[in-house]
Amino acid sequence: MTKIQLTVDGAKVSDDVEPRMLLVQYLREKLGKTGTVIGCDTSNCGACTVHLDGRSVKSCNVLAVQADGSEVTTIEGLAEGSVLHPVQEAFRECHALQCGFCTPGMIMQSVDLLKDNPDPSEEEIRVGIEGNLCRCTGYHNIVRAVQTAAAGKVSGDAEAGSPAATAETEKVEV
Amino acid sequence: MTATQETSTEPAREIGRDRRRKEDQRLITGRTRWTDNITLPGMLHMAMVRSPFAHATITAIDTTEAAAAPNVVAVYTGKDLDESAGVLINAWPITPDQVTPAHPPLPTDRVSFAGEVVAVVVARSAAEARDAAELVDVDYEELPAALDLKEAAADTVLAHPDLGTNKSALWVFDSQEAGTGGDVEEAIAKARESGVVVEREFRQQRLIPAFMEPRSVVVDPTGEQMTMWSATQIPHIVRFALAATTGVPESKIRVIAPDVGGGFGGKLQVTPEEWMAWWVARQLMKPVKYTETRSESLMAAHHGRDQWQKITLAAEKDGTVTGLKVELLADLGSHVAIVGGGVPVLGAFMFNSIYKFPAYHFACQTVLTNKAWTDAYRGAGRPEATFAIERIMDELALELGREPLELREQNWIRHDEFPFTTVAGLEYDSGNYEEATRKAKESFGYDALRAEQQQRRESGDPVQLGIGISTFTEMCGLAPSRVLGSLDYGAGGWEHASVRMLATGKVEIVTGASAHGQGHETAFSQIVADRLGVPFEDVEVLHGDTQIASKGLDTYGSRSLVVGGEALVKATDKVIEKAKPIAAHLLEADVSDIEFSAGRFSVKGTDQGLAMAEVALATFAAHNLPDGVEPSLDSDATYDPINFNYPHGTHLCAMEVDTETGQVKMRKYTCVDDIGNVINPLIVAGQMHGGLAQGIAQALFEEAVYDDAGTLVSASFVDYLVPTAADLISFDVGHNSTPSLTNTLGTKGVGEAGTIASTPAVVNAVLDAIRQFGVTDITMPCTPERVWRAIQDGTAGAKDPTTGAAAAHFDPATDGAGQSNIADGTEGAGQ
Ligand code: FES
Ligand code: FES
Repeated sequence: MTKIQLTVDGAKVSDDVEPRMLLVQYLREKLGKTGTVIGCDTSNCGACTVHLDGRSVKSCNVLAVQADGSEVTTIEGLAEGSVLHPVQEAFRECHALQCGFCTPGMIMQSVDLLKDNPDPSEEEIRVGIEGNLCRCTGYHNIVRAVQTAAAGKVSGDAEAGSPAATAETEKVEV
Repeated sequence: MTATQETSTEPAREIGRDRRRKEDQRLITGRTRWTDNITLPGMLHMAMVRSPFAHATITAIDTTEAAAAPNVVAVYTGKDLDESAGVLINAWPITPDQVTPAHPPLPTDRVSFAGEVVAVVVARSAAEARDAAELVDVDYEELPAALDLKEAAADTVLAHPDLGTNKSALWVFDSQEAGTGGDVEEAIAKARESGVVVEREFRQQRLIPAFMEPRSVVVDPTGEQMTMWSATQIPHIVRFALAATTGVPESKIRVIAPDVGGGFGGKLQVTPEEWMAWWVARQLMKPVKYTETRSESLMAAHHGRDQWQKITLAAEKDGTVTGLKVELLADLGSHVAIVGGGVPVLGAFMFNSIYKFPAYHFACQTVLTNKAWTDAYRGAGRPEATFAIERIMDELALELGREPLELREQNWIRHDEFPFTTVAGLEYDSGNYEEATRKAKESFGYDALRAEQQQRRESGDPVQLGIGISTFTEMCGLAPSRVLGSLDYGAGGWEHASVRMLATGKVEIVTGASAHGQGHETAFSQIVADRLGVPFEDVEVLHGDTQIASKGLDTYGSRSLVVGGEALVKATDKVIEKAKPIAAHLLEADVSDIEFSAGRFSVKGTDQGLAMAEVALATFAAHNLPDGVEPSLDSDATYDPINFNYPHGTHLCAMEVDTETGQVKMRKYTCVDDIGNVINPLIVAGQMHGGLAQGIAQALFEEAVYDDAGTLVSASFVDYLVPTAADLISFDVGHNSTPSLTNTLGTKGVGEAGTIASTPAVVNAVLDAIRQFGVTDITMPCTPERVWRAIQDGTAGAKDPTTGAAAAHFDPATDGAGQSNIADGTEGAGQ
């Protein structure tokens, strides 16, 4: 057992962990941060993506002990109280999720992508989220959500379909 | 929305609106309830010991070391199970004499696919259980394995030696026998003389549903009613099957499907893992959990497709189709899964598709092999049918030198011919193929792309352009119970709904259709909000727990809206009918003078009225109700559909093929689908996008590959290529709407349409780009290697017979020259 101390979603935590414990297991099993999920065992799916000291990582690819002294943000720490992060808001606005299993990882990765490149092209978005698999959406609306968030077209308001957001988002043609 | 008809008398306020989903707030903030999130006091964890061999005798299992490992509580093998462990059922024996191997949760003496569970270790933590599972020592004596589908069909090696054959069932439909059409052999004979006969054999590769949430199950035996949480599509069916096979009364079983991370048919199953969790929890009287790894999921959760399709199409020289004969071999894998053999039968009625074939014959032989079991995967039977017919219509066009879209139009059912009874005996209620096609062509820029294609061809551009077409239809909304009965399916196809009017005017609705990403909570709220005239926000949708939604048949086959939604409409209407006498009493009017509109009961010709909420509160208080009226507005309805419904659409795909490297790139994808009236266009578009991605993935990326020993090579996301965002493009999705006439809302199913339609559009496009090299077929997935090889063989002008599993098994005498140059699709390593 190794003692680790870190900050997760703004809270200081300290635990004894087995050296082999993965960060994602630590988050889920020890901290109950079940918003972060596990979709594979080969670091391919990105469902477990969190921010480690401000950069996105696949938390199944990091040992808990490696996060010692670090700051971790999960999907559960992204919103400011009841105010959603603009990327979260854009995902809802653009219907960028169906089952929602890939969503935490997808949102965390998109936030990181926009930090690096605030105005990405469609191609850059597609390449930027390539490490995150989604089986439900065909990525069409995920790409739209990232574009929408990049364009500042969502307010970050916690209200569903707030008028500002609804008005400016492209309507799906039917 | 281009709705052409209003079937509801209510003013449509919510229906048709692109409401953002109610489900999302939780999901985007990580406030989720996946089965694997659940922990209970004293909970134990299971790990599985799985067979590395496809077929072997278990000679001994030594569990001593595992049992002695730290914090291990128990180790079980097949020999420890008693009758209370139950069995895994096949609910659809497709013929009375179907050969069905017994399927206990654990085998005792023989394994029949690589990945089959042979022992279960129970420990205090998941990690300790997994560690100890490594210590279980199993002695196997390897047996020859039945792996290749065609060889298995010849009974060369037996998947289950005790059964004496691999052939499970032969299911036949013949239009002459059924009285729905003529004799197909006659049509073919005639066409051989004076018309044209096109014969092709297509391979439906094996696919894996690959839902993103691995399956997980938790069983809590501590209450009087035992509870199972499972990442399943079918909590009600699981409950029934547990009761039917483990001896526990149904009333003592509660099954909950909490948040479920996708299914696509892959979680429409009763599994050894669930059954073991149930049994182990009862043995130890402690809560247990099992969550599979991705590798386990890819290896042992059921697979999909896996067919050889031999198609013979007869036509006149002018292109009019005269007969269609379909002979299928379908791989069941090691066992007949819950709907296993029924999947190809679901396609049996769809090969004739939208075309007016006067004669039709369908025969499907299901075959047991030593691979993972197969069952429903998005579309289940219908993608296979659509692929075959849309591929062969292109072949016919080629044979006759006709433009493929025109040839289709010549043969399809015209919009003024509906309702139309097909040669397979189904009555298509509505559709407009001309209009959907016109819209699709326009949006796609069909003529301009054809011109570009021509120009690239003429200039010998290394990057060639191909255009693929799929004018598909499907049957969905499973299913009229009588039809299911006539097909020997073990259950009905109805759905149940309840509407509960709360005292505060809020509404709870309960549906038996258990969701896993489809947005039921939003769409069903919209329906009820309109119907009852209450705010969208005031409607709460409850589902996925057999204690709350006590009746139901769950979610699959694009049935939730068209069957579950209709049950909801009927229950809602009953609420209104129950409220009318109460409203009349309170308003001191005659019931016959009460009108209900936009959430208000009013007295005809006056401005007197009461809101639904007011009637609900008065009913709750029950102080002043008419004599003999029960103090409740709550209502239930169980709806059994009278017919399927038939969404259709025209899908057009443009592919660029680099003839020097074989690289394929999607340039444009346009579809115009007719799914009747749309409840929520946002959700519908999402279903289309996701469906398209899965169908495109079958065409270009995915294949479950086994090696010669029967080991799944593609057992991780490194090798099983679920497409990423970078592999796909944005889609051009449009609609044309002819409302369904078989339900009140005029809706048709949408969940599977994209998957069913897209695969042949993509493959037709790839072929269209490289036909000039003499290529006539490419086995799916159309990888760059296969495309490159096809081009090489073609440009070399080679007409060598195809080798390997892709070789068509036609009689050489009738085998057209067009059967050469098929990129080899042999199964096995190295692809
Ligand atoms: S769980 Fe799949 S990448 Fe981490
Ligand atoms: S929303 Fe289901 S996997 Fe992405």
